[in-house]
Amino acid sequence: MSKSIKKESPLTMDVFTAGIWKENPVFVMMLGLCPVLAVTNSVENSLAMGAASVFVLVCSNALVSALRNFIPKQVRITTYIIIIATFVTLVDYIIQAISLDLYNKLGAFIQLIVVNCLILGRAEAYASKNSFGKSVISALGMGLGFTLALVMLGGVRELLGAGQLLGYQVFSLDFEPWIVMILPPGGFIVLGSWLLLINYIEQRKTGKLVADDMASHCSISQN
Amino acid sequence: MTEPTENNANDVPPLPSSFSLISTLGVVAMLSGFLVVLVYEYTKPIIAENQRIATERAIFKVLPTAKSRLTFIVKEGKIELTDDKAKGELIYAGYDKDNNFVGMALNAAEQGYQDIVKLLYGYIPETGCITGYDVLKSTETPGFGTKITTDEAFLANFNCLDAKVNQEQTGLSNVIKTVRHGTKLNPWEIDAISGSTITSNAMGRMFNKSGQKLHPVIAKHLSVLKTAKYQTGDKHE
Repeated sequence: MSKSIKKESPLTMDVFTAGIWKENPVFVMMLGLCPVLAVTNSVENSLAMGAASVFVLVCSNALVSALRNFIPKQVRITTYIIIIATFVTLVDYIIQAISLDLYNKLGAFIQLIVVNCLILGRAEAYASKNSFGKSVISALGMGLGFTLALVMLGGVRELLGAGQLLGYQVFSLDFEPWIVMILPPGGFIVLGSWLLLINYIEQRKTGKLVADDMASHCSISQN
Repeated sequence: MTEPTENNANDVPPLPSSFSLISTLGVVAMLSGFLVVLVYEYTKPIIAENQRIATERAIFKVLPTAKSRLTFIVKEGKIELTDDKAKGELIYAGYDKDNNFVGMALNAAEQGYQDIVKLLYGYIPETGCITGYDVLKSTETPGFGTKITTDEAFLANFNCLDAKVNQEQTGLSNVIKTVRHGTKLNPWEIDAISGSTITSNAMGRMFNKSGQKLHPVIAKHLSVLKTAKYQTGDKHE
């Protein structure tokens, strides 16, 4: 009787880029929306939350992947939570050491990375099934995709809500800030607008591909 | 009826032993503890230094004429000279370049709209005035609660907010309170920010709470505070 051996797919550029756009955790998978809506009232906060999430995601996925053959299935979720909580605690201390102002601005959302479903989801769905290298590269891509989404939201909200970008005045001082943009409803409005735009672009691209496909079929049948 | 085969997909894998489960969790927890302690020990002095810098910056902001300062601790109604590492109710005295006492910087905190608002405020015991504050921690709603640092009309309350101690030195002469925007009549009242009532009220409560507790102690030990700098020289700067 032949035994089928499950072969792991090779490490390609797709492993890294998928998380940035094609499988973007926020715009496509809609994961980790709590910090996305809560801390994106400025680009600085978005970048800091993004960097913290990348650190936790990469380190936890690396450790989960390295230990995947030793962790019994029955205690895997508990183990992943311990690993994630460890790296969140580390990032908490590190941010306090880098800047207390930033730490105070981010409030409880640093600690809440522990319960970000993106981190646990990647540990369970990817890192526990793939090699160390692939898990780290994939986590890096996902983390950068998450950061990109945070900055895209934070940029729009800070620009319209304060007339600034990264603290620099962009609009004239006469500009009346749209306060709603830096309040929680602004998070929903901007996220919804980005999703609308991205899905519109994707649909147009898909529609164009279908149209091209049909056109090529027609030309072949005519010949 | 077919006999079950070894490769039947419905076969339940054998449960690992309890020892295996416990040892896995134990090893991961130990690794976790090691990493946390390592980073904690490394960042502890850096975080303490950051906190010291933040406090010092706030002290010199609320006491702009101060050039040096001393830290005191309030214990059972008494004031003792201490350092920034001490745990307890710390208060800060500011001194000018000639080591003359210029005022006190005191901590205050109260629950705001989102979380606890913490600040350091300047208090001049001779005049009984609260003269300004610096927000140490606030996660209040941007555009509303954050107006406590930007709203000029609100900040004008603290040109000299009356926080005088009563004659018996048991509390404040008048309870500091926040009043509805535009209805302030007395110098111990705080004119609220329109649209930011919860944070404004929190400010009133925290100044009153801190004032009732600390201002009488300061009044009783004012001579100690005034002479401390001459006695210690520059070594506690």
